[in-house]
Amino acid sequence: MKLLRNLLDKIEPQFKQGGKLEKLYPLYEANDTLVFSPDHVTDGSTHVRDAIDTKRMMTMVIVALLPCVFMAMYNTGYQANKIIQAAYTATDGQIVETLKQGNGWWRYAIMDAMGVSYIQAGDFYTNLTNFDLGLILACVVHGALYFLPMYIITLIVGGHCEVLFSVVRKHEINEGFLVTSMLYPLTLPPETPLWQVAVGIAFGVIVAKEIFGGTGTNFLNVALTARAFLYFSYAPQMSGEKVWTAVDGYSGATALGAIAANENNASVPEIVGNLKGTIDGVVVQAGNMDWWDAFWGNIHGSVGETSAFCCLLGAIILIATRIGSWRIMAGVVMGVTALSGLLCLLPIESAVYNITPQWHMVIGGLAFGTVFMATDPVSASMTVKGQWIYGGLIGFVTVMVRSMNIGFPEGIMLAILFGNCFAPLIDHFVVEANIKRRLARHG
Amino acid sequence: MQFFELFMRAAFVENLALVYFLGMCTFLAVSKNVKTALGLGAAVIVVQGITVPLNNLIYDLFLRKGSLVLGQYNLEFLGLICYIGVIAAAVQILEMTLDRFFPALFNALGIFLPLITVNCAILGGTLFMVQNKYTFVESVTYGIGSGFGWALAIAALAGIREKLRYSNVPEGLRGLGITFMVVGLMALAFMAFNGI
Repeated sequence: MKLLRNLLDKIEPQFKQGGKLEKLYPLYEANDTLVFSPDHVTDGSTHVRDAIDTKRMMTMVIVALLPCVFMAMYNTGYQANKIIQAAYTATDGQIVETLKQGNGWWRYAIMDAMGVSYIQAGDFYTNLTNFDLGLILACVVHGALYFLPMYIITLIVGGHCEVLFSVVRKHEINEGFLVTSMLYPLTLPPETPLWQVAVGIAFGVIVAKEIFGGTGTNFLNVALTARAFLYFSYAPQMSGEKVWTAVDGYSGATALGAIAANENNASVPEIVGNLKGTIDGVVVQAGNMDWWDAFWGNIHGSVGETSAFCCLLGAIILIATRIGSWRIMAGVVMGVTALSGLLCLLPIESAVYNITPQWHMVIGGLAFGTVFMATDPVSASMTVKGQWIYGGLIGFVTVMVRSMNIGFPEGIMLAILFGNCFAPLIDHFVVEANIKRRLARHG
Repeated sequence: MQFFELFMRAAFVENLALVYFLGMCTFLAVSKNVKTALGLGAAVIVVQGITVPLNNLIYDLFLRKGSLVLGQYNLEFLGLICYIGVIAAAVQILEMTLDRFFPALFNALGIFLPLITVNCAILGGTLFMVQNKYTFVESVTYGIGSGFGWALAIAALAGIREKLRYSNVPEGLRGLGITFMVVGLMALAFMAFNGI
């Protein structure tokens, strides 16, 4: 530690005013304050309500995200291994040869070199009770080979955008980007092409944040804006049936997609309990999930969104450290429960209308969005009453898009962006009402 | 239920400002603070609520082929000029009413109330009504709904712009530039309803 401090102190003059590397001061400052306490804590009006520094606050969010990151790697690999295993049995091993020659060949090459096996004898991948450390490792390694490239690309491209802006515009580099860069790949489907990951984060960082002046001044959630941009620009790679499992050529719907496509008014457990997919024309049983599988996160979907349990762990950390607003989370849950409960009571013969509230909570990205995206302190409502309204609005719109919009099976992303648009207005009304009430009381 | 659906459709799915990008001049110019934006939004709701049904009556009674009064002629080519006339008259009356009863709001709106006359959102509402062949009751719902959607959009934009006062926007983008960016990002969020 002391060595590091000495080193940083030694090179500091070069970055100070008049030094050789004056322009790169934000970079030096960012590295210094990541490890040590900054000379001065937050200034400006960004987070003046909070007694702690924004840097420590953002680092805390990353800690809260760690369970989700682990689950992202494990589950992505688990789903992929499960499909490969099933296809292997169905085609006498041919499918694996095809996979090894496809686009993802290098992943299989790395796994072979590490001695990690993605095909196991027996029925491990369909029977979770059979815990074995080697098999869990196989899942985590396989998933990491999907998650880490996306994460690294996000860091490199988004980081460069951030550094460029802070060097030219002379503001400090904030840990806000560390949170964004971790949230963003977690919301993407595992098979997103890496160049699209780069385009998306560049759009998000520049258009949603930097043109407003950097961390704390934007009005939309940066990670979600980046994802929404990709969603509308490159729909084939961001939606549909081909992208949700990390196996080339495999096509199978997510739980929400399957429910939206169902026309026989089947109940949710029926649909989710019998998900099928195809790979090279071979029909594969994608699994028979129940509510608990969806809760722990053993379902298909974007990389990090599947596990409601890990999001719950994150929520506990965020609420305990008072970084995330519990009112917003409660508001979203109440909004979802109210509208989906109402829709269930209506006599409408349609699978999407009859998703019960407890299923809404665990499938799709609702839990992840509620805990980590809706509570983003910059783009959410600031007032106490406003946070309830803001949360309720997001929950309401989410269910509305999921149930009534035929085009989009999932609604949490757009619902949060919609909520972000109205957050300043909600705050305005709450403040005005407060002023009026106090004027009436005190004259 | 049917009218509720039409109202929601007019306000969100076919939002005049953020889906069709109509009425941009006032949308961008009068959204600097929430209070004025709300006033203008209210004015647009009222004007839409009056002019769309009025134009619906005129279209049904006189203009379309087989209309109730002049059924033997097809006068649809007179449509645009009639609609504009009705809108201008309605805005004139609204202005006089505001001047008489709400002078504060009248002063706040200033030049922008007469500008509503030539606002494309207002004429757009009427033209969508004609295109979709709404009945009279439907056109009342559609008029108020589309006005409400526009008002909601401008109020939200004004809220965001008030918040942006604390932002450090690059010099070249200050003012209208950043507002255009904000409107674009808001339109991205409004695509949630695209397809309902």
